[in-house]
Amino acid sequence: MESKTGYTLHHPKWHRDAKPIFWWVKRWVYIGFIFRELTSVAVAYSAILMIILYRSVQSGPEAYAQMLECLSHPVMLVINVLALGAVLYHSITWFNLSPKAMVVRLGDWRVPDLMIAGGNYAGWFLISAVIAAAYILG
Amino acid sequence: MKKSNDAFWWTLFGGGGALTAMFVPALLFLFTIATPLGWVEGPSYANIAWLLMHPLTRIVAFGLISLSFFHWAHRFRFTLYDGLQLKHLFELIAVICYGGAIAGSLVAAYVLL
Amino acid sequence: MAEETITIEVLRYLPENGAEPEFQSYDVPLRSDWVVLDALNHIKDHIDGTLSYRWSCRMGVCGSCGMMINGEPVLTCAAFLTKYAPGPIRVEPLAHFPVVRDLVTEVTDFVDKLKHVKPWVVREEDKPLEEGEFKQTPAELSDFKSYTMCINCMLCYSACPVYGLEPGFAGPAALALAQRYNLDNRDEGNDERMARLSNDEGIWSCTMVGECSEACPKDVDPAGAIQRYKLAGAAEWWKSFITRKGK
Ligand code: SF4
Ligand code: FES
Repeated sequence: MESKTGYTLHHPKWHRDAKPIFWWVKRWVYIGFIFRELTSVAVAYSAILMIILYRSVQSGPEAYAQMLECLSHPVMLVINVLALGAVLYHSITWFNLSPKAMVVRLGDWRVPDLMIAGGNYAGWFLISAVIAAAYILG
Repeated sequence: MKKSNDAFWWTLFGGGGALTAMFVPALLFLFTIATPLGWVEGPSYANIAWLLMHPLTRIVAFGLISLSFFHWAHRFRFTLYDGLQLKHLFELIAVICYGGAIAGSLVAAYVLL
Repeated sequence: MAEETITIEVLRYLPENGAEPEFQSYDVPLRSDWVVLDALNHIKDHIDGTLSYRWSCRMGVCGSCGMMINGEPVLTCAAFLTKYAPGPIRVEPLAHFPVVRDLVTEVTDFVDKLKHVKPWVVREEDKPLEEGEFKQTPAELSDFKSYTMCINCMLCYSACPVYGLEPGFAGPAALALAQRYNLDNRDEGNDERMARLSNDEGIWSCTMVGECSEACPKDVDPAGAIQRYKLAGAAEWWKSFITRKGK
């Protein structure tokens, strides 16, 4: 930063607050923020699951069946329900923030934020539906 | 002022964030909850193998997995800085997070491609 | 009939005492047309003349009366007492800034940061007067109009945990004002600002908590401005990366 202005030279003793390590437990919005950031752990976990899934499919039908078996273990189910909750939170917060970064213009008309978020949600439902259809009908 | 690579990591973070927001909930729900609980019946092994092994699926899946890791790396790095005030471990955390993402991507490439 | 009152708890810091800040309570009339700033003025005029705080316009324009009320940064001239009834109302100086005395904060850091982003129309060469004024269409103006509403009240800085943790961070209002000029069709300072702000004391420090936009009394939406700035910064980076490789 540039040099401080002169009048602060003989300033009285300022008081500065120290920031507690867990500053974010003091307000719900900050907890929500930290939780939003931690959903990335669930995202990474899902990626690892996908690698394992590929591995099992490559190793043949028995391995694949075994992997499905393993997924029905109650502990795995609990973990995966939590992971799903986190990933859903990630999706929702992501789509809600999308209009902040995107400014879409059609001619002189600026597409309203709500429609941009709505477009994201529409895409999300469409993709989810296609995946589900492929999975269930496949 | 040193040249910053943040723009690079942020792009991967953002791309991963958008892709995973679109794809991951449905996948996670179908594979790890709906099927084990018997709500839906998944495809037969032959079909799932065909679907997943298709070159196009593999490329898309690799992109999704790799970007998931980079998304995690960037977010988690800042969560550690801010949430636990570990700014003084700046470089170490960056190396662990991005290094982890690169390693994860290499494993994914090895398995999938 | 006894007038209804409400208790105001003010965090007082008196440097000459050398003591830690302490809350002091005052009872003031709970009038429906009073804002917290009126209550502070009442205290200063009738109860305790030693109380120090800043204000000027008392109509949400000057941006000098920002304080933390019950832990949230607000303009005290726009915060009606009745909203907080039955009280007590906690009044503290704006968070993340050093406190000079009572509710008066030291804001040089913000002023320096503001200067740092060159918040004015930067021209490579000034246009000679004879050529007349700069033209700007309403559509061009609408690109950045909301950012011009900033009154430099610094509420967004107090709402921003990143600024609290990393005092070097340029912060919401400064970055929003940088965007305000970047998006102005008369301005040519884009590259210079990008060089100053595309680093870990600028846009890349922001983790999009979003509270700055919640706190802003003028709907500036600094969080959105920074997000768009990041997008522009990333595009710029990839462009220069590719052209560097192309050579
Ligand atoms: S952006 Fe809003 S909150 Fe921040 S200084 Fe400007 S008017 Fe105040
Ligand atoms: S006194 Fe001017 S903004 Fe409140």
